[in-house]
Amino acid sequence: MSTTAHAPTASEYIVHHLTHLSTKSQSSIIDLSVVNIDTLFWSLSMGSLVCYLTWRAARQATAGVPGRFQAGVEMLAEMVNDQAKAIIHSAESRQFVAPLAMTVFLWITFMNSLDFLPVDLPGKILALTGLERFIPSHRIVPTADLNGTIGMSSGVLLLMLYYNVKIKSLGGFIHELFCAPFGAKIWLFPFNLLLNLIEFAAKTVSLGMRLFGNMYAGELLFMLIALLGATATWWGFGMQLIAGSAWAIFHILIVLLQAFIFMMLTLVYVGQAHEGH
Amino acid sequence: MNLNATFIAQMLVFFILGWFTMKFVWPPLMKALDDRAKRIADGLAAAERGNAALKDALVRFHQLEAEARARAQEIIAQTEKRASAMAEEAKAAARDEGERLIDAAKAEIESEMQRAKDELRNQVAQLAVAGAERILRREINAQAHADLLVQLRQELR
Repeated sequence: MSTTAHAPTASEYIVHHLTHLSTKSQSSIIDLSVVNIDTLFWSLSMGSLVCYLTWRAARQATAGVPGRFQAGVEMLAEMVNDQAKAIIHSAESRQFVAPLAMTVFLWITFMNSLDFLPVDLPGKILALTGLERFIPSHRIVPTADLNGTIGMSSGVLLLMLYYNVKIKSLGGFIHELFCAPFGAKIWLFPFNLLLNLIEFAAKTVSLGMRLFGNMYAGELLFMLIALLGATATWWGFGMQLIAGSAWAIFHILIVLLQAFIFMMLTLVYVGQAHEGH
Repeated sequence: MNLNATFIAQMLVFFILGWFTMKFVWPPLMKALDDRAKRIADGLAAAERGNAALKDALVRFHQLEAEARARAQEIIAQTEKRASAMAEEAKAAARDEGERLIDAAKAEIESEMQRAKDELRNQVAQLAVAGAERILRREINAQAHADLLVQLRQELR
């Protein structure tokens, strides 16, 4: 954010904060030739951090008395494992899905937590270090980018399809697509297929959109609160302090809750793929 | 809120993270948890066994204690009996000894008295004879009257 020439108007400020660092500016709704570098960078960073932390806990894990860090990771693993056991009855599937769920929970929590950083901090650091010329705009919360959340929910969709085919075999899955839920009558086939496609689409889109919406709204609200302080009045400053604190505290709940919901729904959707209609 | 290739990359990252956790994080964690659960179960079982052993030992201890107490009482009673018997014996021995001494003393006194009486009698007889001699110097023939003197001595007894 350039401060030398003129202070940005409120809408310029918001638009600037909502612009991704991408390979090129995107004009259409879907353009697969564009990549959001900031989203990828931060999601990879947080993913690596999660992997490193859990890997360290796993490497030091002994059956003896655990340290606090190890105990924390173990409690989380135990919690995820219990949930997975209750939802997915196939032990073989759990071998992949349970660890995936734990990592997804931690990964989303970490990505969401980037929201707690002051909204202007990344821009200020870029401006101070002179990197602003190469990185004109930057958004650090990958889950406030629809690509980030839809990417993960697409992963869940692929898992659903994979386990459907694996458990019921390809023929069984296709049979279910055409014959459930209304019944195996030839004239019901299109309706069955339509409903199943809608179900898969709805699961995927709602899973991604839920997380995205929560985090996007949270980020936007932080920006609006920051704008209060930008009025440079005692009232604005006080309101930023109070509203900022209140929203940040409430946001802790949202961050953890959304990560937990995403994890649970991943388990539930994969679990449903194991059951026939 | 535009979709672009980022979501495909994100999807790949999603699977890579899941694969990484499945491969390197989950198994050691679960193994540690299972091992610890087993170790705790073993520890609880050992504690249970220890408790049972303690209970057995206590029972045995009480039994031994009762036995030892009874034995001690027996020994004390025996000792007391023996002690009183010894005291009784000593008392009897002392009494006998005392009686013996008293008898001996009495006998000695008796004999001493006898001796003194005899001496006195002799002396009295002699004195009487001497007195009589003085009075009857002439008339008495010691030889002629020896029988008389012996008779006299007998009467003085």
